[in-house]
Amino acid sequence: MPETVESPKPADTPEDHTPVVVFDHVSIQFDRNPVLRDISFTVDRGQTLIVLGPAGCGKSVLMKLANGLLRPDSGTISVFGERIDNLPDRDLFKIRSRIGMVFQESALFDSLSVEDNIAYRLHEERMPESEAHDKVVEALHFVDLDHAIDKFPSELSGGMRRRVSIARAIISDPDLILYDSPTGGLDPITSTTIIELVVKQRDESHATSLVITHRLQDAFLIARNRFNPEANKMEEIPDGGIDDTTRFLVLNEGRVVFHGNTLELVHTEDPFLKDFIS
Amino acid sequence: MPVAATESFAKNTVAAIQEYSLLAGRAVANMFSPPIYWADIFTQMDSIGVGSLPIVILTGFFTGCVLALQSETALQEFGAVSRTGSLVALSMVKELGPVLTALMVSGRNASGMASELGSMKVTEQIDAMRALGTDPTRKLVTPRLVATVFMLFFLTIISDAVGIAGGALVSVAMLNLNATAYIHSSYASLAYGNIVEGLTKAIFSGFIIATVGCFYGMRTQGGTQGVGKATTQAVVVSSVFIIVVDFLTSRLMISIFGS
Repeated sequence: MPETVESPKPADTPEDHTPVVVFDHVSIQFDRNPVLRDISFTVDRGQTLIVLGPAGCGKSVLMKLANGLLRPDSGTISVFGERIDNLPDRDLFKIRSRIGMVFQESALFDSLSVEDNIAYRLHEERMPESEAHDKVVEALHFVDLDHAIDKFPSELSGGMRRRVSIARAIISDPDLILYDSPTGGLDPITSTTIIELVVKQRDESHATSLVITHRLQDAFLIARNRFNPEANKMEEIPDGGIDDTTRFLVLNEGRVVFHGNTLELVHTEDPFLKDFIS
Repeated sequence: MPVAATESFAKNTVAAIQEYSLLAGRAVANMFSPPIYWADIFTQMDSIGVGSLPIVILTGFFTGCVLALQSETALQEFGAVSRTGSLVALSMVKELGPVLTALMVSGRNASGMASELGSMKVTEQIDAMRALGTDPTRKLVTPRLVATVFMLFFLTIISDAVGIAGGALVSVAMLNLNATAYIHSSYASLAYGNIVEGLTKAIFSGFIIATVGCFYGMRTQGGTQGVGKATTQAVVVSSVFIIVVDFLTSRLMISIFGS
Protein backbone atom coordinates (compact mmCIF):
# COMPACT_ATOMS: atom_id res chain seq x y z
CA MET A 1 0.00 0.00 0.00
CA PRO A 2 1.52 3.39 -0.98
CA GLU A 3 2.49 5.79 1.78
CA THR A 4 2.03 9.52 1.90
CA VAL A 5 5.30 11.43 1.74
CA GLU A 6 5.66 14.69 3.59
CA SER A 7 6.57 17.52 1.25
CA PRO A 8 9.66 19.54 2.15
CA LYS A 9 8.63 22.84 3.75
CA PRO A 10 10.56 26.08 3.26
CA ALA A 11 12.57 26.92 6.37
CA ASP A 12 11.32 30.49 6.67
CA THR A 13 7.59 29.78 6.37
CA PRO A 14 5.81 31.11 9.44
CA GLU A 15 3.25 28.73 10.90
CA ASP A 16 -0.18 30.01 9.95
CA HIS A 17 -3.11 27.69 10.35
CA THR A 18 -5.74 29.94 8.75
CA PRO A 19 -7.14 28.10 5.74
CA VAL A 20 -6.26 29.88 2.49
CA VAL A 21 -9.60 29.16 0.80
CA VAL A 22 -12.90 28.44 2.55
CA PHE A 23 -16.16 27.73 0.72
CA ASP A 24 -19.11 27.56 3.10
CA HIS A 25 -22.46 26.35 1.68
CA VAL A 26 -21.87 28.14 -1.63
CA SER A 27 -24.52 27.97 -4.35
CA ILE A 28 -24.78 29.75 -7.69
CA GLN A 29 -27.13 29.51 -10.64
CA PHE A 30 -27.23 30.99 -14.13
CA ASP A 31 -30.57 31.67 -15.85
CA ARG A 32 -32.34 29.65 -13.16
CA ASN A 33 -30.06 26.64 -13.79
CA PRO A 34 -28.23 25.65 -10.60
CA VAL A 35 -24.52 25.23 -11.36
CA LEU A 36 -23.06 24.76 -7.87
CA ARG A 37 -25.18 23.58 -4.94
CA ASP A 38 -24.21 23.89 -1.30
CA ILE A 39 -20.46 23.57 -1.85
CA SER A 40 -18.31 23.52 1.30
CA PHE A 41 -14.58 22.80 1.56
CA THR A 42 -11.37 24.32 2.83
CA VAL A 43 -7.87 24.47 1.40
CA ASP A 44 -5.05 24.79 3.91
CA ARG A 45 -1.80 26.65 3.39
CA GLY A 46 0.59 24.77 1.10
CA GLN A 47 -2.08 22.32 -0.04
CA THR A 48 -2.75 21.40 -3.66
CA LEU A 49 -6.44 20.73 -4.20
CA ILE A 50 -7.20 18.89 -7.42
CA VAL A 51 -10.75 19.54 -8.59
CA LEU A 52 -12.13 16.69 -10.67
CA GLY A 53 -15.48 16.10 -12.27
CA PRO A 54 -17.29 15.51 -15.53
CA ALA A 55 -17.56 18.33 -18.09
CA GLY A 56 -20.13 20.97 -17.16
CA CYS A 57 -20.21 20.13 -13.44
CA GLY A 58 -19.17 23.65 -12.41
CA LYS A 59 -15.39 23.32 -11.96
CA SER A 60 -14.49 26.55 -13.79
CA VAL A 61 -17.29 28.43 -12.02
CA LEU A 62 -15.84 27.27 -8.71
CA MET A 63 -12.43 28.64 -9.74
CA LYS A 64 -13.88 32.01 -10.73
CA LEU A 65 -15.74 32.17 -7.41
CA ALA A 66 -12.44 31.58 -5.59
CA ASN A 67 -10.94 34.61 -7.38
CA GLY A 68 -13.98 36.86 -6.90
CA LEU A 69 -14.66 36.96 -10.65
CA LEU A 70 -18.15 35.64 -9.89
CA ARG A 71 -20.29 36.12 -6.81
CA PRO A 72 -22.29 33.31 -5.20
CA ASP A 73 -26.06 33.53 -4.83
CA SER A 74 -25.74 32.16 -1.31
CA GLY A 75 -23.02 31.01 1.08
CA THR A 76 -19.72 32.61 1.92
CA ILE A 77 -16.23 32.44 0.42
CA SER A 78 -13.11 33.46 2.32
CA VAL A 79 -9.63 33.78 0.87
CA PHE A 80 -6.63 34.44 3.14
CA GLY A 81 -9.08 34.74 6.02
CA GLU A 82 -11.07 37.56 4.38
CA ARG A 83 -14.61 37.28 3.02
CA ILE A 84 -14.58 37.99 -0.70
CA ASP A 85 -18.17 37.20 -1.68
CA ASN A 86 -19.41 40.63 -0.61
CA LEU A 87 -16.33 42.73 -1.37
CA PRO A 88 -16.53 45.45 -4.04
CA ASP A 89 -14.19 44.99 -7.02
CA ARG A 90 -11.87 47.77 -5.86
CA ASP A 91 -11.14 45.92 -2.59
CA LEU A 92 -10.87 42.60 -4.37
CA PHE A 93 -7.91 43.86 -6.41
CA LYS A 94 -5.77 43.87 -3.24
CA ILE A 95 -6.59 40.20 -2.54
CA ARG A 96 -6.15 39.27 -6.21
CA SER A 97 -2.60 40.67 -6.08
CA ARG A 98 -1.80 37.57 -3.97
CA ILE A 99 -3.50 35.18 -6.41
CA GLY A 100 -2.18 33.90 -9.73
CA MET A 101 -4.60 32.39 -12.21
CA VAL A 102 -4.03 30.24 -15.28
CA PHE A 103 -7.08 30.35 -17.54
CA GLN A 104 -8.54 27.47 -19.51
CA GLU A 105 -7.60 28.92 -22.91
CA SER A 106 -4.57 30.84 -21.55
CA ALA A 107 -6.35 34.23 -21.97
CA LEU A 108 -3.17 35.98 -23.10
CA PHE A 109 -3.62 39.55 -24.32
CA ASP A 110 -3.41 39.32 -28.13
CA SER A 111 -2.11 42.84 -28.59
CA LEU A 112 0.78 42.47 -26.15
CA SER A 113 4.08 40.62 -26.57
CA VAL A 114 4.96 37.69 -24.34
CA GLU A 115 7.12 39.99 -22.21
CA ASP A 116 4.31 42.54 -21.77
CA ASN A 117 1.79 39.79 -21.05
CA ILE A 118 3.95 38.32 -18.29
CA ALA A 119 4.93 41.71 -16.90
CA TYR A 120 1.35 43.03 -17.05
CA ARG A 121 0.83 42.93 -13.29
CA LEU A 122 4.29 44.42 -12.64
CA HIS A 123 3.59 47.28 -15.07
CA GLU A 124 0.28 47.92 -13.30
CA GLU A 125 2.21 48.11 -10.03
CA ARG A 126 4.56 50.65 -11.65
CA MET A 127 7.63 48.46 -11.20
CA PRO A 128 10.75 49.92 -12.92
CA GLU A 129 11.15 48.51 -16.43
CA SER A 130 14.58 46.91 -15.86
CA GLU A 131 13.40 45.17 -12.69
CA ALA A 132 10.23 43.93 -14.44
CA HIS A 133 12.33 42.65 -17.37
CA ASP A 134 14.57 40.67 -15.02
CA LYS A 135 11.54 39.06 -13.39
CA VAL A 136 10.06 38.20 -16.80
CA VAL A 137 13.32 36.54 -17.84
CA GLU A 138 13.31 34.55 -14.60
CA ALA A 139 9.66 33.48 -15.05
CA LEU A 140 10.26 32.49 -18.68
CA HIS A 141 13.28 30.47 -17.61
CA PHE A 142 11.07 28.68 -15.07
CA VAL A 143 8.67 27.60 -17.82
CA ASP A 144 11.56 26.89 -20.21
CA LEU A 145 10.55 29.47 -22.80
CA ASP A 146 13.53 31.83 -22.67
CA HIS A 147 13.53 32.32 -26.44
CA ALA A 148 9.89 33.45 -26.68
CA ILE A 149 10.19 36.78 -24.89
CA ASP A 150 9.68 38.96 -28.00
CA LYS A 151 7.00 36.82 -29.62
CA PHE A 152 3.27 37.56 -29.73
CA PRO A 153 0.61 35.08 -28.53
CA SER A 154 -0.48 34.41 -32.13
CA GLU A 155 3.03 33.07 -32.87
CA LEU A 156 2.88 30.50 -30.06
CA SER A 157 1.60 26.92 -30.00
CA GLY A 158 -1.13 25.89 -27.53
CA GLY A 159 1.39 24.42 -25.10
CA MET A 160 3.61 27.50 -25.28
CA ARG A 161 0.63 29.77 -24.64
CA ARG A 162 -0.24 27.71 -21.58
CA ARG A 163 3.36 27.99 -20.32
CA VAL A 164 3.35 31.77 -20.85
CA SER A 165 0.07 31.86 -18.93
CA ILE A 166 1.75 29.99 -16.04
CA ALA A 167 4.68 32.43 -16.15
CA ARG A 168 2.20 35.34 -15.98
CA ALA A 169 0.46 33.74 -13.00
CA ILE A 170 3.64 33.16 -10.97
CA ILE A 171 5.48 36.40 -11.82
CA SER A 172 4.56 38.05 -8.52
CA ASP A 173 5.15 34.95 -6.35
CA PRO A 174 1.48 34.54 -5.44
CA ASP A 175 0.39 32.77 -2.26
CA LEU A 176 -2.45 31.04 -4.11
CA ILE A 177 -2.41 29.75 -7.69
CA LEU A 178 -5.57 28.76 -9.54
CA TYR A 179 -5.07 26.47 -12.54
CA ASP A 180 -8.24 26.22 -14.64
CA SER A 181 -7.74 23.10 -16.80
CA PRO A 182 -4.08 23.82 -17.55
CA THR A 183 -3.84 20.76 -19.77
CA GLY A 184 -7.19 21.11 -21.52
CA GLY A 185 -6.95 20.63 -25.29
CA LEU A 186 -3.26 19.68 -25.22
CA ASP A 187 -1.62 16.49 -26.46
CA PRO A 188 -0.41 14.00 -23.79
CA ILE A 189 3.27 14.96 -24.07
CA THR A 190 2.60 18.68 -23.76
CA SER A 191 0.15 17.96 -20.92
CA THR A 192 2.91 16.18 -19.01
CA THR A 193 5.19 19.20 -19.53
CA ILE A 194 2.50 21.47 -18.06
CA ILE A 195 1.90 19.11 -15.12
CA GLU A 196 5.65 19.07 -14.52
CA LEU A 197 5.49 22.87 -14.19
CA VAL A 198 2.60 22.59 -11.72
CA VAL A 199 4.60 20.09 -9.64
CA LYS A 200 7.75 22.23 -9.93
CA GLN A 201 5.86 25.30 -8.73
CA ARG A 202 4.26 23.30 -5.89
CA ASP A 203 7.59 21.91 -4.66
CA GLU A 204 9.68 25.05 -5.14
CA SER A 205 7.34 27.80 -3.95
CA HIS A 206 5.03 25.76 -1.68
CA ALA A 207 2.21 28.02 -2.75
CA THR A 208 -1.33 26.83 -2.16
CA SER A 209 -3.01 25.80 -5.39
CA LEU A 210 -6.28 24.67 -6.89
CA VAL A 211 -5.92 22.60 -10.04
CA ILE A 212 -8.90 21.80 -12.22
CA THR A 213 -8.53 18.88 -14.52
CA HIS A 214 -10.76 16.40 -16.23
CA ARG A 215 -7.82 14.06 -16.90
CA LEU A 216 -7.32 11.57 -14.08
CA GLN A 217 -3.81 10.74 -15.24
CA ASP A 218 -2.82 14.40 -14.74
CA ALA A 219 -4.31 14.39 -11.24
CA PHE A 220 -2.42 11.26 -10.24
CA LEU A 221 0.79 12.57 -11.85
CA ILE A 222 0.60 15.55 -9.49
CA ALA A 223 -0.09 13.31 -6.49
CA ARG A 224 2.58 10.70 -7.23
CA ASN A 225 5.45 12.88 -8.42
CA ARG A 226 7.87 15.40 -7.03
CA PHE A 227 10.27 17.81 -8.66
CA ASN A 228 13.96 16.98 -8.53
CA PRO A 229 15.88 20.28 -8.72
CA GLU A 230 19.24 18.56 -9.37
CA ALA A 231 17.95 16.67 -12.39
CA ASN A 232 15.63 19.61 -13.22
CA LYS A 233 12.76 17.25 -13.93
CA MET A 234 9.77 15.60 -12.35
CA GLU A 235 10.23 12.11 -10.93
CA GLU A 236 8.02 9.57 -9.22
CA ILE A 237 8.05 9.60 -5.44
CA PRO A 238 9.99 6.44 -4.47
CA ASP A 239 8.20 3.30 -3.25
CA GLY A 240 4.93 4.38 -4.77
CA GLY A 241 4.70 7.28 -2.31
CA ILE A 242 2.07 9.99 -2.55
CA ASP A 243 2.52 13.69 -1.89
CA ASP A 244 0.79 14.46 1.41
CA THR A 245 -0.20 18.02 0.45
CA THR A 246 -2.30 16.89 -2.48
CA ARG A 247 -6.02 16.50 -1.89
CA PHE A 248 -8.95 15.85 -4.18
CA LEU A 249 -12.36 17.45 -4.58
CA VAL A 250 -14.74 15.66 -6.93
CA LEU A 251 -17.83 17.42 -8.22
CA ASN A 252 -20.83 15.93 -9.93
CA GLU A 253 -23.93 17.83 -11.04
CA GLY A 254 -22.88 20.84 -9.01
CA ARG A 255 -22.39 18.99 -5.72
CA VAL A 256 -19.29 17.81 -3.86
CA VAL A 257 -19.24 14.02 -4.01
CA PHE A 258 -15.75 13.57 -2.57
CA HIS A 259 -13.23 15.62 -0.59
CA GLY A 260 -10.21 13.83 0.74
CA ASN A 261 -6.69 12.63 0.06
CA THR A 262 -5.38 10.41 -2.70
CA LEU A 263 -5.59 7.15 -0.79
CA GLU A 264 -9.17 7.80 0.28
CA LEU A 265 -10.10 8.46 -3.33
CA VAL A 266 -8.35 5.37 -4.62
CA HIS A 267 -10.03 3.15 -2.01
CA THR A 268 -13.47 4.67 -2.19
CA GLU A 269 -16.51 2.42 -2.21
CA ASP A 270 -18.78 5.07 -3.75
CA PRO A 271 -20.15 3.62 -7.03
CA PHE A 272 -19.97 6.95 -8.91
CA LEU A 273 -16.39 7.56 -7.81
CA LYS A 274 -15.33 3.98 -8.56
CA ASP A 275 -16.80 4.35 -12.00
CA PHE A 276 -15.26 7.81 -12.45
CA ILE A 277 -11.71 6.82 -11.54
CA SER A 278 -11.74 3.44 -13.24
CA MET B 1 -46.61 31.91 -22.98
CA PRO B 2 -46.78 35.36 -24.64
CA VAL B 3 -47.17 36.95 -21.18
CA ALA B 4 -44.03 35.19 -19.95
CA ALA B 5 -42.16 36.23 -23.09
CA THR B 6 -43.25 39.86 -22.66
CA GLU B 7 -42.24 39.80 -19.00
CA SER B 8 -38.87 38.32 -19.85
CA PHE B 9 -38.33 40.91 -22.62
CA ALA B 10 -39.26 43.76 -20.27
CA LYS B 11 -36.94 42.48 -17.55
CA ASN B 12 -34.06 42.04 -20.00
CA THR B 13 -34.60 45.54 -21.40
CA VAL B 14 -34.63 47.15 -17.96
CA ALA B 15 -31.54 45.13 -16.95
CA ALA B 16 -29.74 46.22 -20.13
CA ILE B 17 -30.58 49.89 -19.52
CA GLN B 18 -29.35 49.59 -15.95
CA GLU B 19 -26.17 47.84 -17.07
CA TYR B 20 -25.54 50.48 -19.77
CA SER B 21 -26.12 53.34 -17.32
CA LEU B 22 -23.75 51.83 -14.76
CA LEU B 23 -21.05 51.23 -17.40
CA ALA B 24 -21.36 54.76 -18.81
CA GLY B 25 -21.41 56.27 -15.31
CA ARG B 26 -18.33 54.35 -14.21
CA ALA B 27 -16.50 55.21 -17.45
CA VAL B 28 -17.10 58.92 -16.82
CA ALA B 29 -16.27 58.72 -13.09
CA ASN B 30 -12.96 56.99 -13.90
CA MET B 31 -11.77 60.15 -15.67
CA PHE B 32 -11.55 61.90 -12.33
CA SER B 33 -9.58 59.37 -10.30
CA PRO B 34 -6.23 57.63 -10.79
CA PRO B 35 -4.93 55.58 -12.48
CA ILE B 36 -5.65 57.15 -15.85
CA TYR B 37 -4.30 55.13 -18.77
CA TRP B 38 -2.89 57.97 -20.89
CA ALA B 39 -1.02 55.63 -23.26
CA ASP B 40 -4.28 53.82 -24.04
CA ILE B 41 -6.08 57.15 -24.54
CA PHE B 42 -3.47 58.30 -27.07
CA THR B 43 -3.51 54.92 -28.83
CA GLN B 44 -7.29 55.13 -29.15
CA MET B 45 -7.09 58.75 -30.33
CA ASP B 46 -4.77 57.62 -33.08
CA SER B 47 -6.97 54.66 -33.99
CA ILE B 48 -10.31 56.46 -33.80
CA GLY B 49 -9.30 59.98 -34.83
CA VAL B 50 -6.47 59.65 -37.31
CA GLY B 51 -7.81 56.32 -38.57
CA SER B 52 -11.21 57.82 -39.36
CA LEU B 53 -9.81 60.92 -41.06
CA PRO B 54 -9.91 59.62 -44.66
CA ILE B 55 -13.57 58.49 -44.52
CA VAL B 56 -14.62 61.66 -42.71
CA ILE B 57 -12.87 63.90 -45.28
CA LEU B 58 -14.32 62.00 -48.22
CA THR B 59 -17.84 61.94 -46.76
CA GLY B 60 -17.76 65.61 -45.76
CA PHE B 61 -16.32 66.77 -49.07
CA PHE B 62 -18.81 64.95 -51.30
CA THR B 63 -21.73 65.86 -49.03
CA GLY B 64 -20.81 69.53 -49.50
CA CYS B 65 -20.49 68.95 -53.27
CA VAL B 66 -23.87 67.27 -53.64
CA LEU B 67 -25.54 69.79 -51.36
CA ALA B 68 -24.43 72.67 -53.58
CA LEU B 69 -25.44 70.78 -56.71
CA GLN B 70 -28.91 69.81 -55.47
CA SER B 71 -29.72 73.16 -53.92
CA GLU B 72 -29.10 75.01 -57.19
CA THR B 73 -32.46 73.91 -58.67
CA ALA B 74 -34.46 75.05 -55.65
CA LEU B 75 -32.57 78.31 -55.17
CA GLN B 76 -32.81 79.16 -58.85
CA GLU B 77 -36.62 79.26 -58.56
CA PHE B 78 -36.30 82.08 -56.04
CA GLY B 79 -33.39 83.75 -57.84
CA ALA B 80 -31.20 83.01 -54.84
CA VAL B 81 -28.39 80.91 -56.32
CA SER B 82 -25.92 83.33 -54.73
CA ARG B 83 -27.12 82.03 -51.35
CA THR B 84 -25.71 78.57 -52.09
CA GLY B 85 -22.76 79.21 -49.77
CA SER B 86 -25.09 80.07 -46.93
CA LEU B 87 -27.20 76.95 -47.47
CA VAL B 88 -24.19 74.64 -47.65
CA ALA B 89 -22.48 76.17 -44.63
CA LEU B 90 -25.56 76.10 -42.41
CA SER B 91 -26.50 72.56 -43.46
CA MET B 92 -22.99 71.27 -42.93
CA VAL B 93 -22.25 72.98 -39.62
CA LYS B 94 -25.62 72.47 -37.95
CA GLU B 95 -26.67 69.08 -39.24
CA LEU B 96 -24.87 67.11 -41.91
CA GLY B 97 -21.31 67.57 -40.66
CA PRO B 98 -21.96 66.32 -37.11
CA VAL B 99 -24.48 63.61 -38.03
CA LEU B 100 -22.72 62.12 -41.04
CA THR B 101 -19.34 62.22 -39.29
CA ALA B 102 -20.86 60.52 -36.26
CA LEU B 103 -22.52 57.85 -38.42
CA MET B 104 -19.28 57.17 -40.29
CA VAL B 105 -17.26 56.99 -37.08
CA SER B 106 -19.97 54.82 -35.54
CA GLY B 107 -19.85 52.39 -38.47
CA ARG B 108 -16.08 52.19 -38.22
CA ASN B 109 -15.43 52.42 -34.48
CA ALA B 110 -18.52 51.30 -32.55
CA SER B 111 -18.23 48.05 -34.50
CA GLY B 112 -14.48 47.94 -33.86
CA MET B 113 -14.93 48.47 -30.13
CA ALA B 114 -17.71 45.87 -29.88
CA SER B 115 -15.74 43.26 -31.80
CA GLU B 116 -12.44 43.92 -30.01
CA LEU B 117 -13.93 43.90 -26.51
CA GLY B 118 -16.29 41.08 -27.47
CA SER B 119 -13.37 38.92 -28.59
CA MET B 120 -11.56 39.72 -25.35
CA LYS B 121 -14.68 38.76 -23.40
CA VAL B 122 -15.21 35.38 -25.05
CA THR B 123 -11.53 34.46 -24.78
CA GLU B 124 -11.56 35.35 -21.05
CA GLN B 125 -9.07 38.20 -21.54
CA ILE B 126 -11.36 40.55 -19.62
CA ASP B 127 -11.55 38.08 -16.73
CA ALA B 128 -7.75 37.75 -16.92
CA MET B 129 -7.47 41.54 -16.69
CA ARG B 130 -9.64 41.56 -13.57
CA ALA B 131 -7.66 38.64 -12.14
CA LEU B 132 -4.46 40.62 -12.70
CA GLY B 133 -5.85 43.52 -10.68
CA THR B 134 -7.04 45.86 -13.44
CA ASP B 135 -10.51 47.36 -13.70
CA PRO B 136 -11.55 46.63 -17.34
CA THR B 137 -13.87 49.65 -17.41
CA ARG B 138 -10.99 51.94 -16.48
CA LYS B 139 -8.51 50.27 -18.83
CA LEU B 140 -10.74 49.60 -21.85
CA VAL B 141 -13.86 51.78 -21.76
CA THR B 142 -12.69 55.11 -20.34
CA PRO B 143 -9.81 55.57 -22.84
CA ARG B 144 -12.19 54.83 -25.74
CA LEU B 145 -14.77 57.25 -24.37
CA VAL B 146 -12.27 60.09 -23.88
CA ALA B 147 -10.66 59.47 -27.28
CA THR B 148 -13.96 59.26 -29.18
CA VAL B 149 -15.49 62.40 -27.65
CA PHE B 150 -12.27 64.39 -28.12
CA MET B 151 -11.52 63.23 -31.65
CA LEU B 152 -15.10 63.35 -32.95
CA PHE B 153 -15.22 67.02 -31.95
CA PHE B 154 -12.26 67.79 -34.23
CA LEU B 155 -13.32 65.36 -36.95
CA THR B 156 -16.64 67.23 -37.13
CA ILE B 157 -14.83 70.56 -37.55
CA ILE B 158 -12.75 69.03 -40.35
CA SER B 159 -15.85 67.54 -41.97
CA ASP B 160 -17.61 70.94 -41.84
CA ALA B 161 -14.61 72.64 -43.39
CA VAL B 162 -14.12 70.19 -46.24
CA GLY B 163 -17.89 70.11 -46.84
CA ILE B 164 -17.96 73.87 -47.29
CA ALA B 165 -14.87 73.57 -49.51
CA GLY B 166 -16.60 70.87 -51.59
CA GLY B 167 -19.64 73.12 -51.97
CA ALA B 168 -17.34 75.94 -53.04
CA LEU B 169 -15.69 73.79 -55.68
CA VAL B 170 -19.02 72.77 -57.22
CA SER B 171 -20.42 76.32 -56.98
CA VAL B 172 -17.42 77.83 -58.73
CA ALA B 173 -16.62 75.07 -61.23
CA MET B 174 -20.14 73.92 -62.16
CA LEU B 175 -22.58 76.64 -61.12
CA ASN B 176 -20.37 79.54 -62.19
CA LEU B 177 -20.68 81.32 -58.87
CA ASN B 178 -18.11 83.79 -57.62
CA ALA B 179 -15.73 82.20 -55.08
CA THR B 180 -15.52 85.32 -52.93
CA ALA B 181 -19.31 85.66 -52.85
CA TYR B 182 -19.65 81.99 -51.86
CA ILE B 183 -17.18 82.30 -49.00
CA HIS B 184 -18.66 85.60 -47.85
CA SER B 185 -22.17 84.16 -47.93
CA SER B 186 -21.03 81.07 -45.99
CA TYR B 187 -19.17 83.06 -43.38
CA ALA B 188 -21.88 85.67 -42.91
CA SER B 189 -24.65 83.12 -42.40
CA LEU B 190 -22.90 81.24 -39.59
CA ALA B 191 -23.80 82.44 -36.12
CA TYR B 192 -22.27 81.43 -32.79
CA GLY B 193 -25.32 79.29 -31.97
CA ASN B 194 -24.99 77.27 -35.18
CA ILE B 195 -21.44 76.27 -34.36
CA VAL B 196 -22.29 75.45 -30.73
CA GLU B 197 -25.21 73.32 -31.94
CA GLY B 198 -23.07 71.31 -34.34
CA LEU B 199 -20.25 70.74 -31.90
CA THR B 200 -22.61 69.83 -29.04
CA LYS B 201 -24.03 67.14 -31.28
CA ALA B 202 -20.49 65.88 -31.90
CA ILE B 203 -19.85 65.56 -28.15
CA PHE B 204 -23.09 63.64 -27.55
CA SER B 205 -22.45 61.42 -30.55
CA GLY B 206 -18.93 60.63 -29.36
CA PHE B 207 -20.34 59.60 -26.00
CA ILE B 208 -22.96 57.38 -27.66
CA ILE B 209 -20.50 55.68 -30.04
CA ALA B 210 -18.00 54.79 -27.31
CA THR B 211 -20.44 53.75 -24.60
CA VAL B 212 -22.72 51.72 -26.89
CA GLY B 213 -19.76 50.06 -28.66
CA CYS B 214 -18.08 49.14 -25.38
CA PHE B 215 -21.38 48.10 -23.75
CA TYR B 216 -22.15 45.54 -26.44
CA GLY B 217 -18.54 44.37 -26.44
CA MET B 218 -18.40 43.88 -22.68
CA ARG B 219 -21.64 41.87 -22.56
CA THR B 220 -20.79 39.58 -25.49
CA GLN B 221 -21.66 35.94 -24.95
CA GLY B 222 -21.41 32.79 -27.02
CA GLY B 223 -18.15 32.73 -28.95
CA THR B 224 -17.55 34.12 -32.43
CA GLN B 225 -21.26 34.18 -33.25
CA GLY B 226 -21.80 36.36 -30.19
CA VAL B 227 -19.04 38.72 -31.33
CA GLY B 228 -20.73 39.15 -34.70
CA LYS B 229 -24.08 39.81 -33.05
CA ALA B 230 -22.57 42.34 -30.64
CA THR B 231 -20.88 44.17 -33.53
CA THR B 232 -24.11 44.46 -35.50
CA GLN B 233 -26.10 45.58 -32.47
CA ALA B 234 -23.50 48.19 -31.56
CA VAL B 235 -23.63 49.82 -35.00
CA VAL B 236 -27.43 49.70 -35.28
CA VAL B 237 -28.14 50.98 -31.78
CA SER B 238 -25.48 53.71 -31.82
CA SER B 239 -26.66 54.92 -35.26
CA VAL B 240 -30.28 55.13 -34.11
CA PHE B 241 -29.26 56.85 -30.87
CA ILE B 242 -27.20 59.38 -32.84
CA ILE B 243 -30.21 60.35 -34.98
CA VAL B 244 -32.56 60.51 -31.98
CA VAL B 245 -30.13 62.59 -29.92
CA ASP B 246 -29.54 64.79 -32.98
CA PHE B 247 -33.24 65.63 -33.04
CA LEU B 248 -33.38 66.27 -29.29
CA THR B 249 -30.25 68.44 -29.38
CA SER B 250 -31.61 70.42 -32.34
CA ARG B 251 -34.82 71.09 -30.41
CA LEU B 252 -32.87 72.13 -27.32
CA MET B 253 -30.58 74.43 -29.29
CA ILE B 254 -33.49 76.06 -31.11
CA SER B 255 -35.05 76.82 -27.74
CA ILE B 256 -31.74 78.30 -26.53
CA PHE B 257 -30.44 80.16 -29.59
CA GLY B 258 -33.59 80.45 -31.70
CA SER B 259 -33.68 79.14 -35.27
